[in-house]
Amino acid sequence: MCLSIPAEVLAIQGDEAEVSVNGNRLKISLMVLKNVKPGDFVLIHSGFAIEIIDREEAEKTLEIVRLMKADKN
Amino acid sequence: MKGKTDRILLSHGSGGSLMHDLIRDLFVRHFDNSILDKESDSALLQAPSSNIAFTTDSFVVDPIFFPGGNIGKLAVCGTINDLVAAGAKPYCLSAGFILEEGFPMQALEKIVESMAEVAKTAGVFIATGDTKVVEKGKCDKIFINTSGIGFFPERNEQYLLKEKIGPGDRLIISGFLGDHGMAVMAARNQMEHAINFFSDCAPLNLLLDGLLEVNSGIKFMRDPTRGGLATTLCEIAGGSTFGIKIFEDQIPVRPSVKGLCDIFGFDPLYVANEGKMLIVAKKGSEQNILEILKKNPLGKNAVIIGEVTSENKGLVTLVTSIGGTRIVNMLSGEQLPRIC
Amino acid sequence: MNWLEGYRSRELCEALTSEIRQLADQPLRFMEVCGGHTMAIRKFGIPSLLPESISLLSGPGCPVCVTGRVFIDQAIYLSGLEDTIVCTFGDLIRVQGTDASLEKARAEGKQIRIVFSSLDAVELAKRNPEKKIVFLGIGFETTAPGTAAAILRASREGLKNFSVLSAHKLMPPAMEGIISEGIPIDGYICPGHVSTITGTKMYTPIVEKFGIGCVISGFEPLDLLQSILMLTRQVVNRKPKVEIQYSRAVKPAGNPEAQKVMREVFEPADEWWRGLGILKNSGLKPKPEYGQFDTREVINLPDFREKEPRGCICGEILKGLKTPHQCKLFANTCTPANPVGACMVSSEGACQTWYTYEGKN
Repeated sequence: MCLSIPAEVLAIQGDEAEVSVNGNRLKISLMVLKNVKPGDFVLIHSGFAIEIIDREEAEKTLEIVRLMKADKN
Repeated sequence: MKGKTDRILLSHGSGGSLMHDLIRDLFVRHFDNSILDKESDSALLQAPSSNIAFTTDSFVVDPIFFPGGNIGKLAVCGTINDLVAAGAKPYCLSAGFILEEGFPMQALEKIVESMAEVAKTAGVFIATGDTKVVEKGKCDKIFINTSGIGFFPERNEQYLLKEKIGPGDRLIISGFLGDHGMAVMAARNQMEHAINFFSDCAPLNLLLDGLLEVNSGIKFMRDPTRGGLATTLCEIAGGSTFGIKIFEDQIPVRPSVKGLCDIFGFDPLYVANEGKMLIVAKKGSEQNILEILKKNPLGKNAVIIGEVTSENKGLVTLVTSIGGTRIVNMLSGEQLPRIC
Repeated sequence: MNWLEGYRSRELCEALTSEIRQLADQPLRFMEVCGGHTMAIRKFGIPSLLPESISLLSGPGCPVCVTGRVFIDQAIYLSGLEDTIVCTFGDLIRVQGTDASLEKARAEGKQIRIVFSSLDAVELAKRNPEKKIVFLGIGFETTAPGTAAAILRASREGLKNFSVLSAHKLMPPAMEGIISEGIPIDGYICPGHVSTITGTKMYTPIVEKFGIGCVISGFEPLDLLQSILMLTRQVVNRKPKVEIQYSRAVKPAGNPEAQKVMREVFEPADEWWRGLGILKNSGLKPKPEYGQFDTREVINLPDFREKEPRGCICGEILKGLKTPHQCKLFANTCTPANPVGACMVSSEGACQTWYTYEGKN
């Protein structure tokens, strides 16, 4: 049961965040995730934010694969 | 409106003066044309040719108002588009209404107004109609049936037929997929204000009239409504002597529609469209058709999405964005909002 | 979200498949245990890109598929009680109980509502104090924190009419159960979002006890292919371990707040899994101090018995022992329109996924 999608945090009000999924606005609960700030990208699942996406890591992973590709050529 | 009530009553359907007032002051006033004005039992029409396209559709969409339209606009466009898909020039429509007792008059007026507006834009008139009212609970607010008549332009000595499709033919879709279905889903879940897109509901004769009047290379057309593009392609390929191959990279979906699909767990390939046409074009004619479509506001995002093949007869295959392949099947039943 | 585009890059994916091809000179069987992975793998056509030597098996990763019919029977029973409204995620609505589905029950007038979040059910309870609201808690560790949060909110607001019928399950017991049944696999593609919550610790026993590698994977094509490459390397180098491929979303410690909320509300319980039977401590139920929010404690449920339909081999499919094509019912008596087994109902079930993306043959 893994459908979680990335969403951009626009604003925070208490334990709720207003997020945007490609322009669609949703209200998501922050009851199970701490330290969220506007501008963060979070994974949302069944109405809850479950993790902040680490964009640096996202880039690092891609870089590893790019280097592997370069090595092969 | 004379003798205004703010809700539909059973008497509005019973044939008496209340009904006549409703017909005259609401329907005839908005649909306004010389044939309807006669208020005869049947519309008397002159056919320019004996080759007629005739279609019917009933509309029961819920909710009845959604971003970009309502059940009435949907009915007019839907019926027009069925005629256009057959290659015909839409001429006139009938409009039958089944109303639930208590339906707000203001809502009805809004719906009828928008039907009149889009019919006018499309150059089509409502020639005849009917109104019935049922007790509360016997129908869901409003159901509309529209039937339509169209005629074939002079050049069209041949109808658009599935049998004409063969390997090498190209597939074109006239624009972004999924706008309508997801706009309705948003409305159904009180998310109308959360989205920044709306239903693509539109009369496609405005897009295709020119192309249908000449030998453009168009072999077959269908509008991918309920069940989406995937269903339409499966209907075309199923049981035939050819296969269909489409490219995921080419399938046009707005990022916001894709985002909402992700939220609900839907696949845009299966989401309804109400202002798009799938065109099967003879190989070599596709670029020209594409250019003409793109010059039109209703077709500015038209794109070639695939081709007809001799392999995989009867099947629709998709080449994924990473070069893998998979089969595209018919959906059975509605897509469910997915959590997992 | 342009920074995600690279994860669908054809070039990068081709580089990965080429590397996998070079390394995988022996038959390898990797199992994924996440419905999201089942779907993603087929949707992107990944099997068509891998060498013949690699088989991707689908395990018990679809919570709807592994939940027994009795759960549905109980839900239908509850929806028929006076003044009771059952709230559920949409996935569950077509799953067959012994005789009927929630969808059918709703069509017959029973009070069943689809919700997108457990908190919607709590809100319903708040707005309707004279009704009893039952939330069907289904899902693995990704979803359980949300249910726990709902119970906490209901508790803080002093609600007396909200309860959860829990069918929440935990992944590691099932993963160990598969291996204990003797099903041969060379590595696990571990669930991405479950691991977002739990972190990596729970997979260590699998490596230590069974010598089987665990790679936690994301859901984009590049994620899946990179995970398969990582598992292949582990086998070739004979170094099984727990690795995170999905590093942008999974930290070794997981999400501490979500874990805290879960620990506060839930305790492990024995749970029946389709295909695996009863697995110890594989489920979650509200702790005694939250007993008033446990449907089983506050409402008397009749004794339903599990009864699988004849010919249905969902159990074996969930263990990766058989594929949907090997089921006699597949694509004739059992189709997405008329599902017999759970694997065909859920859009993440192996059977529906195969039917949708691989055709009927």
